Amino acid sequence: MVPLSWYIVLSAVLFSIGVFGFLVRRNLIMIFLSMELMLNSVNISFVAFSHYLQSMTGQVMVFFVITVAAAEAAIGLAILIVFYKNNPTLNSDEINLLKG
Amino acid sequence: MTLPQIFFAYFAVALTGLSLLVVTRRNPVHGVMWMLILFIHVAGLYLFLNAEFLAAIQIIVYAGAILVLYLFVVMLLNLKKIEKERKFQHIWIVGLLVSVAFLTLLIPLLGKFSVYPPPGEYSVERINSEGQIMTVGRVLYTKFLLPFEIASLILLVSIIGAVVLSKRKLN
Amino acid sequence: MFETINMKILLPELILICTGLAVILLDLVLRKKETVAFIGVAGALLSAYYNFSLMSLGWSGAVFQNMFVLDGYSSFFKLIFYISLIITIFISLNYIKTERVSSGEYYSLLLFSASGMMIMAGAADFMVLYLGIELMSLSLYILAGIMRERRTSNEAAIKYFFLGAFSSAFLLFGISLTYGLTGTTSIIEVAEALNRLGPAGRNITLIAVIFFVTAFGFKVALVPFHMWAPDVYEGAPTSVTAFMSTGPKAAAFAVMGRVLFYAFGALQLQWSAIIEPLSIVTIAVGSILALSQTNIKRMLAYSAIAHAGYASIGFLPGTQEAFAAMINYLMIYIIVNLGAFAVVVIMRREGIMGEELSDYSGLAKKNPLVAFLMLIFMFSLTGIPPLAGFIGKFYIFMGAVEAGYTKLVIAAVIFSAVSAFFYLRVVVYMYMKEAAEPSVLIVPHSVKLVLAFTSIMAILLGIFPSVLLDFARASLLG
Repeated sequence: MVPLSWYIVLSAVLFSIGVFGFLVRRNLIMIFLSMELMLNSVNISFVAFSHYLQSMTGQVMVFFVITVAAAEAAIGLAILIVFYKNNPTLNSDEINLLKG
Repeated sequence: MTLPQIFFAYFAVALTGLSLLVVTRRNPVHGVMWMLILFIHVAGLYLFLNAEFLAAIQIIVYAGAILVLYLFVVMLLNLKKIEKERKFQHIWIVGLLVSVAFLTLLIPLLGKFSVYPPPGEYSVERINSEGQIMTVGRVLYTKFLLPFEIASLILLVSIIGAVVLSKRKLN
Repeated sequence: MFETINMKILLPELILICTGLAVILLDLVLRKKETVAFIGVAGALLSAYYNFSLMSLGWSGAVFQNMFVLDGYSSFFKLIFYISLIITIFISLNYIKTERVSSGEYYSLLLFSASGMMIMAGAADFMVLYLGIELMSLSLYILAGIMRERRTSNEAAIKYFFLGAFSSAFLLFGISLTYGLTGTTSIIEVAEALNRLGPAGRNITLIAVIFFVTAFGFKVALVPFHMWAPDVYEGAPTSVTAFMSTGPKAAAFAVMGRVLFYAFGALQLQWSAIIEPLSIVTIAVGSILALSQTNIKRMLAYSAIAHAGYASIGFLPGTQEAFAAMINYLMIYIIVNLGAFAVVVIMRREGIMGEELSDYSGLAKKNPLVAFLMLIFMFSLTGIPPLAGFIGKFYIFMGAVEAGYTKLVIAAVIFSAVSAFFYLRVVVYMYMKEAAEPSVLIVPHSVKLVLAFTSIMAILLGIFPSVLLDFARASLLG
């Protein structure tokens, strides 16, 4: 039997790597991918809990998180494209029109 | 180490390694490709946890739709100068410290996680007796009907947003 | 398995959502775009009417297996949302035409965002809470970037989107830990399960609380999670900024209160201890950084950050009385802030952005009524008696002093006095500097209505303070 805590630690590790990617990368697309990594880590923890607690709530929550992630990806990429049209760079530290 | 633990160890090592690869690739297309393999491993982990429907949804929606969307956008934004640019920000030490702090705080505490509440009613036998999709569907359309409807609104908003942001200018 | 679903409880949200759908569809056929806005206002008013008649008929209760409630708590916040929505629609009418934004999508996104906020206020389950937050936030990301040609708007949308999605991930992690500890996502059942757990798993519950406070700190713009707010408020279209600094902020506070008070009531001492340093640092940073701003939208952004700090003092005592003072403060702040933004919106005319402080020079001579109303709003935001802002701060500070947070209140009062510098600087520009160019200020009728309402409320709520506070207390009791 795999103990529940192993799954949660794996989820925490992936979450931390996602946070690392979000804070450290310059390219906006890579920042976006790190966010998807964070959402996936949370999904893993939900499914693990759902299995060990023998409850379906976790799986349904993952269902909704995937839906919202898809919607967010669509909107985020649309915003990225509009931004790129006006400002042909994808580096986060070159976005400094609004100071601060 | 029993067989399930060996399997889990493989998934854990693979997922950690793949995620590190994803966040450190210079080329976004390479990052997306490693992410694809990561998603397939996550789907495998879901199969391991008796969540077959979710594994299928993960591959179809995440790997098959969202990542394809990412690839389209990366291809559209013709990024030629990637090779000469810096990968990480100037203050990458801060990000590294924050995530290491996360790890050192979370892992010892979460390592002691045990199952606290009494087990619910959806044991593996019950789910398998009715079939995965039947169980998820039954729960989704009775108990979780309200979130389901709100999720449909979220998708509508995303469609409106994508159109209003990217449509061609009307004269 | 099916029980009779009491759909009446969802009626206010359903009306607002249907209005949003109607607005998108009717925008295709209607020629006069203002009609679309008035349909939006009509829908909001109808929804408000049903909400309050349902409450007064005693129909309150939970629906959908305790996922959504209609009670006094959510009704008070919904009142804030209705005011925010209707006033934003009124001040957008002319602004949208000047900025050439497509109106059908704009108004429908405003309506969907407001529906998301109402779902947030009435959520009794973490799943519905998360989906409500996402519905509100996704609409706002689009609205922040809806002026596609303007680079500032693009930048605002990007920053808002990335930081908002980041905070949603934190929120989800907190929800997952809570689910793992208790086996349920329903807020009431989480509270019961945490009581049954007792001291076991207390560490992990604390981690979950920290994640929740981090996520809500991002949404409310508490320091050190406030980085996005000045840029986003400055870059987004002014009417959207008016909406963003009022409705969603109140919605985030509603959600924070619901989660911290109802779900994690057992850990009240711990989360009070976490929020205490955050509030005082927020007040300090907001007030100090506002001093050097020359762009009025940016200054109002830092002022919004500081006011979020003041409002979060209401969490510290952990009593219903203090929370009533907090929602009282929020209502007052939101009304006055909307008035201030209404003035900022009418400063935008063809060729002039109207966002720098220097654009306000000599306003007292150009349009004395507008200048006087702006003076009322600035005085109220500072907290000068007998205006409403003073009353809001007074009740919050009193509640904190009674709970023993005297040093915190003294610091907050000092920063309140410091804030007078940047609020009154606007008054100085209006009354004591000469106008740069003699252009005329056109005040549309809808904005006249908004200015009248907000200024009258700012004065009335200052003179008759207990009316709103008693209403707040009664709402919290049910």
